Amino acid sequence: MAFLIIDRRQQGKQKSAVNRQRFLKRFRKHIKEAVADAVTKRSITDMERGEEISIPKRDISEPIFRQGKGGKQRRVLPGNKEFIRGDRIDRPRGGSGGGGGKASNQGEGMDEFVFELNQQEFLDFMFEDLELPNLVRKQLKDSDSYKLIKGGYLREGIPARLNVLQSLRGAKARRIALGGAIRREIKSLEQALGELGNDEESEQRKEITEKLDRAKRRLNQVPFLDDFDLRYNNMIQQPTPTTSAVMFCLMDVSGSMTQDIKDLAKRFFVLLHLFLKQHYEKTEIVFIRHHTKADEVDEEEFFYSRETGGTVVSTSLELMQTIVRERYPSDSWNVYAAQASDGENWQDDSPKCYDLLVKSLLPLVQFFAYVEISSGSEQELWQTYSDIPEVFPDRFAMRNISEPADIFPVFRELFERKAT
Amino acid sequence: MSKRTPIAEGSEWTFAALDAFEAEIGHIAADKYRLDTYPNQIEIISADQMMDAYSSVGMPVGYHHWSFGKQFLSTEQRYRKGHIGLAYELVINSDPCIAYLMEENTLILQALVIAHACFGHNSFFKGNYLFREWTDASAIVNYILFARNYITECEERHGMETVEALLDSCHALMNLGVDRFRRPRPISADEEKKRQKEREDYLQQQVNDLWRTVPKKKQEPEDKWPRFPAEPQENLLYFIEKNAPLLEPWEREIVRIVRKIAVYFYPQRQTKIMNEGWATFWHYNLMNDLYEEGLIDEGGVLEFLQSHTNVIYQPDFDSPHYSDINPYTLGFAMFSDIRRVCENPTDEDKYFLPEQAGGDWLETVHHAAANYKDESFILQYLSPKVIRDLKLFSILDDESDSAIKVTAIHDEGGYSQVREELADQYNLSKQEPDIQVWEVSLRGDRSITLRHSQRDGIPLDEDDAKEVLKHMHHLWRFDVHLESVRNEKAHRVYHCNDEKVWNDSENSSQTTATS
Repeated sequence: MAFLIIDRRQQGKQKSAVNRQRFLKRFRKHIKEAVADAVTKRSITDMERGEEISIPKRDISEPIFRQGKGGKQRRVLPGNKEFIRGDRIDRPRGGSGGGGGKASNQGEGMDEFVFELNQQEFLDFMFEDLELPNLVRKQLKDSDSYKLIKGGYLREGIPARLNVLQSLRGAKARRIALGGAIRREIKSLEQALGELGNDEESEQRKEITEKLDRAKRRLNQVPFLDDFDLRYNNMIQQPTPTTSAVMFCLMDVSGSMTQDIKDLAKRFFVLLHLFLKQHYEKTEIVFIRHHTKADEVDEEEFFYSRETGGTVVSTSLELMQTIVRERYPSDSWNVYAAQASDGENWQDDSPKCYDLLVKSLLPLVQFFAYVEISSGSEQELWQTYSDIPEVFPDRFAMRNISEPADIFPVFRELFERKAT
Repeated sequence: MSKRTPIAEGSEWTFAALDAFEAEIGHIAADKYRLDTYPNQIEIISADQMMDAYSSVGMPVGYHHWSFGKQFLSTEQRYRKGHIGLAYELVINSDPCIAYLMEENTLILQALVIAHACFGHNSFFKGNYLFREWTDASAIVNYILFARNYITECEERHGMETVEALLDSCHALMNLGVDRFRRPRPISADEEKKRQKEREDYLQQQVNDLWRTVPKKKQEPEDKWPRFPAEPQENLLYFIEKNAPLLEPWEREIVRIVRKIAVYFYPQRQTKIMNEGWATFWHYNLMNDLYEEGLIDEGGVLEFLQSHTNVIYQPDFDSPHYSDINPYTLGFAMFSDIRRVCENPTDEDKYFLPEQAGGDWLETVHHAAANYKDESFILQYLSPKVIRDLKLFSILDDESDSAIKVTAIHDEGGYSQVREELADQYNLSKQEPDIQVWEVSLRGDRSITLRHSQRDGIPLDEDDAKEVLKHMHHLWRFDVHLESVRNEKAHRVYHCNDEKVWNDSENSSQTTATS
């Protein structure tokens, strides 16, 4: 009998991927709503995973002609215990068990269709329609620019790429390998010569000396360096990014920031962070947190370490300015910044902040977003900043957030794709 | 017989072990039990791939449609949450017979699954009359490939949304896409491809003829026009493919594809009990034979029996786990019972199953598997013993009665009734609403009228019916009416573009609107 066993495990893992995408596409309105809902409810650490989405079953049903309830319906059931013919049973609440057995096929009366959106899909939906504003494609030199990076060694190449160290290393190995047997022979011949003693001119001695000379000549014939040993550096062309952007995240961690406010601020940055990771793979992120003094910290520390103290906002702006000057010259980087604060500041510092922003920072950046997290009246910084939007309408935006549910709408608003 | 050594040790399977099992089982199946099968093609797949296979309803390649994505997501969700386990295998009615085996299965499970799918289902596909008449196992894979390419091409030419909407509508009518009383021609991908262009042109011309509006010389009075269709038509998709006035040729081809696939699945829908019962019956026998020959050890046979017991578990009707009669249980019980009746008939068997009692059991089960479908199989072979074992009873849920009545149980006076009603339960033409094309207004507003004949006063599910009518309208492009007829009188009338339903209680004097 012709017979075949095929191992399919390695191939075609996601045959249904297309159908899955079609499903998501068809119900994108539902899914977007559910995602927006989930984002406002979730905690920070929770953001990078999928989401369970439910859609009313009615909306996604595939209708067919079915028998409805009513009329005379007959059923045969298994597992009779005490019934005899003619017994009457009260109807179970919620309708008769009719319908030709079709209705019980799926989901036992659940009226929601539930499925899992994976992380990638979740983020896609979350960030749909969003884009960093004014992303200018600043191209480095020319758009097809490549950078040469080392990528191992080759046996052939131009003399300029010769790698001396690797070549000699190979040559030495070859010499050891090729000369081993000869050297052993020389050694044994020399030993034999020694054992013969001083018996001059003996026939045997002459023979051994001859052999020894031949062996030494052969050893000398093993070349010090052969074509075979040469190694050349291999250079690979790697395309350089055509756009690069850096995002500065500034956050107040001073004593006046309560845990709740910090939480909100953190959420805003988490969103921002995810957004950047999602859309701009070539984007760098700089985290600056400040109290009376500003530090550049890593992501982990930015979100999770605790510091307390007073508030001098200008320190962070100064630090940002320094970093931009040193590492992100604005002719090759798009600079974005988002600042989150409770709005409090050491009073005398506010004018300095204003000056720094308007005179030094804003000319350098593509966009600066200020998010004030407070419930109630406008705070010190808000008032300080309040006329900047008029001066830099397309570069500066400020919003107020008072509870978790505000974050996502504000976030969207800030980064809404602008009609071009 | 001297015992041989087990094929493999431990619970991990190897390709060599699968090979050996297939060969040994194949040997027993063919020589001892005369099982005639297509060549097997066993494919080892992962859980993800199994979910893929689920969602394409067991077609090795499917065309793209969101509903398959929905199926996939739902399976994935329930599997990840642990609500369902995935099947150990999935088998396709094709030649060679493709069986998907899950990589997670243990060695013994793989042997069980090979016996079940590669010899049980496989021989059923090859032998049963419905499959022989309705499907062509050697052509199906190619045909589906053709269908998929054709639909992809249409999507490129006419846009994905357009094609998707068309498929939605066809799917809604898929169950009404078979000729119950006529046998279809076998399908062949090559022929389809070759004839497709011809057919497009020819068909369009036919349709055009039908709808020709150039007035004839002598205008006859309206009621003298021949009725169209002359006879009510049960195959809605076929009727649409051939007669819908405004469909483009490529749209007709897609209707045809869905119809052909409906035809391919039609035998499976009518042989759930028999197909599963047959496969279970054979895996049970084959595995026991392997054990007797020493090819699996005691541990193996215990593991097999545990799986087997799980498969044929039937929760009682009042159990929270009850969903329906388990086709594995009923089918296995019936085939095992046929063997018992042949080998050790009781007086009762001789009375109820006179032809089978004392006969050759192998001959008898082969005859049953080849020549019956679920409904007739139950009617012919369900013995009082199986009714007693499963404690089957019949109920009548009459809407005019205040309570549900028990009409028959497993006793002397009840066997026949239980048997008949259980058979009806698997009779598709009694379980699915009987809907036919009744009349098309050729010279009028081109509307089409469907007629639903109520059985036992059972109405249509209204919400779904209204939705399906919209799909029908999408295909027909003119008004669609549906009369639900009870006792020769229109009980309800639905319209495709109207949420309101005409109800006979409001207007009881009116009889059927047309005819």
